[in-house]
Amino acid sequence: MSIRLEITDLKKVYAGNTPETVIDVFDGMNFSIQQGQIFSIVGPSGCGKTTLLRLIAGLEEKTSGGILLDGKSLTGCDEQVGMVFQEYALFPWRKLVENIEVALEIKGVDAAVRRTMAMQYVRDFGLEGFENAFPKELSGGMKQRVAIARTLIANPQVVLMDEPFGSLDSQTRNVMQEFLLKIWEERKDTILFVTHNVDEAVYVGDRIAVLSPRPAGILKIFDVGLDRPRNRTGKEENRIKSDILQLLNASAAVRPPS
Amino acid sequence: MKGKRIIPPIMLLLLWQLLSATGVIPAFKLPSPVQVAAGLADLIGTGMPPGHLLHLHVYYSLQRVLLGYALALATAVPLGLLMGWSRTVCAMIEPLVEIVRPIPPLAWIPLSILWFGIGIKSAAFIIFLGAFFPILLNTINGVRGIEPVLIEAARMLNAGRRFFFLNVLVPGAMPSILTGMRIGIGVGWMSLVAAEFTGVRQGYGLGYMIMTARDIQRSDEIIAGMLVIGAIGLGIDACLQLAERYLIRWR
Repeated sequence: MSIRLEITDLKKVYAGNTPETVIDVFDGMNFSIQQGQIFSIVGPSGCGKTTLLRLIAGLEEKTSGGILLDGKSLTGCDEQVGMVFQEYALFPWRKLVENIEVALEIKGVDAAVRRTMAMQYVRDFGLEGFENAFPKELSGGMKQRVAIARTLIANPQVVLMDEPFGSLDSQTRNVMQEFLLKIWEERKDTILFVTHNVDEAVYVGDRIAVLSPRPAGILKIFDVGLDRPRNRTGKEENRIKSDILQLLNASAAVRPPS
Repeated sequence: MKGKRIIPPIMLLLLWQLLSATGVIPAFKLPSPVQVAAGLADLIGTGMPPGHLLHLHVYYSLQRVLLGYALALATAVPLGLLMGWSRTVCAMIEPLVEIVRPIPPLAWIPLSILWFGIGIKSAAFIIFLGAFFPILLNTINGVRGIEPVLIEAARMLNAGRRFFFLNVLVPGAMPSILTGMRIGIGVGWMSLVAAEFTGVRQGYGLGYMIMTARDIQRSDEIIAGMLVIGAIGLGIDACLQLAERYLIRWR
């Protein structure tokens, strides 16, 4: 398997007016993601997980370091990188199917063709019967399925997911995790999955990077290596979870919360 | 519920009629509802000045309003989108807007007549000025009120500038634009009637009609004319509300 995304010595500093207000988000981060893998990132809230995704997405500018996609440096928003937001970010004035096909519309795909393609996603994602509904009429889980479909229909090389199930209740959350894995089994997208939920990180991830508080660095990368479907409370799963929690607790104890 | 709404106006009309009939309110100051109704019939049938029928006054007034309003819409919405989107453009144009905005549209009448003469152009210009600023400010606010995550989503989808303006900014700002349009047409309509007080070449227009009625002291026709102005304003707003219900049904 080849490396799809490589992060080398990535730094992000928010300039402040005084030395005290300078924020060092991360100071030299390194990791790489294999093609077709789900790479989970967990870390304490405020540690810069979202900032990391936003840098890769091109929504914010890095201070220094490298973000390489298939060996080539990424600059700005690139159509090879897709993003799924926690807040869904569906266009409220577009019907469900119009939200899914928006990426194709931007690429200039013929209206009839893109509608046919979008309807295929509507069926595959279990959204049939709602294609003409506006986002306000959909449940949280449905909205996030639309958002995932909208991202995947463009076939990006890397899919960034920023706490995608963070606003859902735990029941829906489990259903969505399984749904995501089902879709992934068929397509083998390369996914960078940010979450603060350790259970979730272990359940979906092939590898899990554990981040320290700010300035964030990678404490450890776990290779899960368990077959899917996984057991949410399996022995090996629980062992990894407790290792991660221990790491997070230890790193939180080093620096008292400010 | 709906029935209750018409009780207060009917009570008022009855009271008004009673006070007029008993002579508490002198007819030359305020004619009775029945007299006003007769005045309205005169405006429709005979016209004021005679021969200048009500529907033609309405026609000319609406024509002026629509021209000025269309111009305001065609300029204020694009400018508002630009100012709402770009801090630089906004910083450049805002001082000018803030100086011109507090000037009442009616204060422009002398200049307007000087520039455009007496006629539809000068009246439309006054309406343009009245409608322009509410639409502009609401469009700017509408753009600024769009959720940032939607703008980021559009960037992640690689939206080009054209797609972004037409398919993100315009629909995102639409609720606010429509509010501006409703305020704008109201201000425009009010300005129009006043603009027509100062004279119109064709001898038509609701404002002109009312001023002519005043010259010959037909207060019944003055009040009837005022009511027609109110009713048309109400009708225009109802049309915009209908448009609103359709255009932002996604809300």
